[in-house]
Amino acid sequence: MLTRTLRNAGIAAVSMLVVASASAADITGAGATFPAPIYGKWAEAYQKATANKMNYQSIGSGGGIKQITAKTVDFGASDMPLKPEELEKLGLVQFPTVIGGEVLAYNLPGIKTGDIRLTGAVLADIYLGKITKWNDKAIAELNPKTPLPDQAIAVVRRADGSGTTFIFTNYLSKVSPEWKQKVGEGTAVQWPVGLGGKGNEGVSAFVQRLPGSIGYIEFAYAKQNKLTYALLQNAAGNYPLPSDTTFKAAAAGADWNKSAFYEILTNEPGKDSWPITGATFILMQKVQDKPTQALEALKFFDWAYKNGGKMADDLDYVALPESVVKLIHAAWANIKDTSGKAVWTGK
Amino acid sequence: MNSTRNGNVGDWVFLNLTRLAAIFVLVMLAGTIASLVYGAWPAIERFGFGFLWSGEWNPPAERFGALIPIYGTLATSLVALVIAVPVSFGIALFLTEMAPAWLKRPLGIAIELLAGIPSIVYGMWGLLVFAPVFSKYVQPFLANTLGKLPVIGELFSGPGLGIGILSAGVVLAIMTIPFIASVMRDVFDVTPAMLKESAYGVGATTWEVVWNVVLPYTKVGVIGGVMLGLGRALGETMAVTFLIGNMNVFGGFSLFLPGNSIASALANEFAEAESEIYTASLIELGLILFFITFIVLSLSKLLLMRLSRQEGMAA
Repeated sequence: MLTRTLRNAGIAAVSMLVVASASAADITGAGATFPAPIYGKWAEAYQKATANKMNYQSIGSGGGIKQITAKTVDFGASDMPLKPEELEKLGLVQFPTVIGGEVLAYNLPGIKTGDIRLTGAVLADIYLGKITKWNDKAIAELNPKTPLPDQAIAVVRRADGSGTTFIFTNYLSKVSPEWKQKVGEGTAVQWPVGLGGKGNEGVSAFVQRLPGSIGYIEFAYAKQNKLTYALLQNAAGNYPLPSDTTFKAAAAGADWNKSAFYEILTNEPGKDSWPITGATFILMQKVQDKPTQALEALKFFDWAYKNGGKMADDLDYVALPESVVKLIHAAWANIKDTSGKAVWTGK
Repeated sequence: MNSTRNGNVGDWVFLNLTRLAAIFVLVMLAGTIASLVYGAWPAIERFGFGFLWSGEWNPPAERFGALIPIYGTLATSLVALVIAVPVSFGIALFLTEMAPAWLKRPLGIAIELLAGIPSIVYGMWGLLVFAPVFSKYVQPFLANTLGKLPVIGELFSGPGLGIGILSAGVVLAIMTIPFIASVMRDVFDVTPAMLKESAYGVGATTWEVVWNVVLPYTKVGVIGGVMLGLGRALGETMAVTFLIGNMNVFGGFSLFLPGNSIASALANEFAEAESEIYTASLIELGLILFFITFIVLSLSKLLLMRLSRQEGMAA
C-alpha cells in the first residue's frame, strides 16, 4: 500500500519533469564516458546556434543502456554496439557518432615511436603472458633493425570496465584463437597477466613510469602524454602509423550496411586501416512515446554530423566518413512514433 | 502550571524525536542489508556458497567468485594495521607523555589535518610519487633482507613494481594513522593524572607507567581506535584502486604481487557491468564487505567483553 503510494508519487514527479523538459525543448542523454568531452562540446556549440539544450551525463556505457531501456533519457550512449538481436529485444536502434583509435604505448628508453612492429598474434601472446621478454624471438623477428633489450615486459591494461577494453579484447579475439577461447571479449575480462590502471590516465601513468611496459590507450592520451607507440600489422599485412587518416580508413573499409551498425572496427580490411579502431554509439527507442523529443535529439545529431567535424578533430576524435553519415540518415527512418510514422522527416 | 505542561510536551516531543532518530538508524541498516541481498540474489542463486571460495572472476564467461577480492581486502588491511598500530601508539605516547608543551598542540593539529585529506589525493600521490620510490629503493631492500628469511621470505619475493598489495597496504597505513593516533591520544589524555603521578611517585619509568597504568586504563578506547582504523582500511576505495594493481588472478602469497580488493572491484567495474549476473555478483561483493565489517566489529566487542571479564577475575 505504502509502496504503491510512493510509486504513484514517483511517477507523478517523473511525468512532471518530462512535461517541463518537453516544453523547453531540452534533450537528455546518458552513457559512455569516452565520447563525453565531444558531446559536451557539441552541446555547447549547438546551444549557441539554436538555443536548444542538450544535457549529457557520462555514467558509463552499461548505465547508458539501462537508462535508455527505462526511457528516462532521450538517448543512451555506448562504446560497445549492441548485437542486432539484443537491439530487437530491447526495442532500440543504434548509430555511430565518432570514431577513435587505440594504440599500444610502450616504455623502452631509446626506442622511438614506430621502431617496434607487432602482429596481432604476437600482441595476443604478450597479453596471454606467453611472451615475457622484449628480446623474445617472436618480437625480434618482426624488428630486425631495432636493438631490443633483454627486459621483462610489464603488461598494462585497464582495471575498470571500459569500452576501450571491449574494443581491444575484440581485436585480440579476432586475431588469436587462443585468446578467444581462453579470455574472450568484454568491457572487463579475466586478464591472465598485467597491472590494471584506472582509466586511460591510469594506464598512461603506468606506461610512463614502468620501464619495459606496454599498454593499450586511446590515441589522444598517447599524444597528450608524448608516449611512444608501436606499429601494428593490419588485415592487409601492412604496418600503418596510427593517425586520423588510418582510423578513417578503417571506418570506410567497414561494411556498415550489414547489420544495424553492429560494427566493431577492429582488424578491418584496407591497406591503410589501423587495426584497433572503434566507433562510439547512440541508442534510441525504436517506438517513440514522445516523437517531438526524439526529433529534437535527431536534429542535434544531424547538426553535429554537419558542423561538428572540426570540433571532433580538435579533441582527437575522428568524424565519420560522409558515406557512413548517409547510411545513418537512412537508418533514422526506423525511428517511429506510436502510430508508425517516421519521426525524422529528413528536412 | 502552564509552563510545566509545555515542558512536558517539549520533553515528549524531544524523546520521540530522538527515538525516531535511533529507529532511523536501524531501518537504514535493515534496508541496506535487504537491498543488497535483493540485488545480489541472481548471483547467490547461481553460485551459492561457492562464490566465497571461487578464485575466478571472468565477466565474458559469466563465472564469478569472491576469493581474490576478499583476500586482497583482508591482506591490505592487515598490512596497514601492522604498520599503523605501532606508529600510532608511538605518536600518541609521544604527544601525551613526552612532548614538550609547546609542541603538543601544533603536532596534534597536524595529525588531525592529515585525517582530512581526501583519499583520491592519497591515491594519486601513492601512484605518482610513492610507488616509484617504493619500487626503486624499498622493495629491493625488503627482498634482500626479509625476503631471505624462511617462510616470511615468501611474502617479499618476486619483482617489485611498486604496485601491489604491499604498496596499497602501506598507503592505507598512512591514511589510517591519523585516525588511530588521534583516538589513542584522546584516551591517553583522559587517564587521571593522579594515577600516573602515583606510579611515577613509586619510581616507575615512563614505559612502566604507560604499560601498567595508562594502557590498562584506556584499553577499550585503544581497541576502539584500532577498529576505527581497520574499518577505514577495509572500505577504502580510491587509494587502493590506484595502487593495488587490480589483478583478479591469484599469483601467489607475495605481497609484491598485484591483487584486488572488494571496494576497488566495485568502483572499477560497476559502471560498465551490463549483464544481470555481473551486476548481481558485484552487489554480492558489497554484501560480503558488509559482513566482513560486521564480523570485525563483533570480534572487537567480544574481545572487550573478555577483557573486562578477566579484569573481574583478577580483582
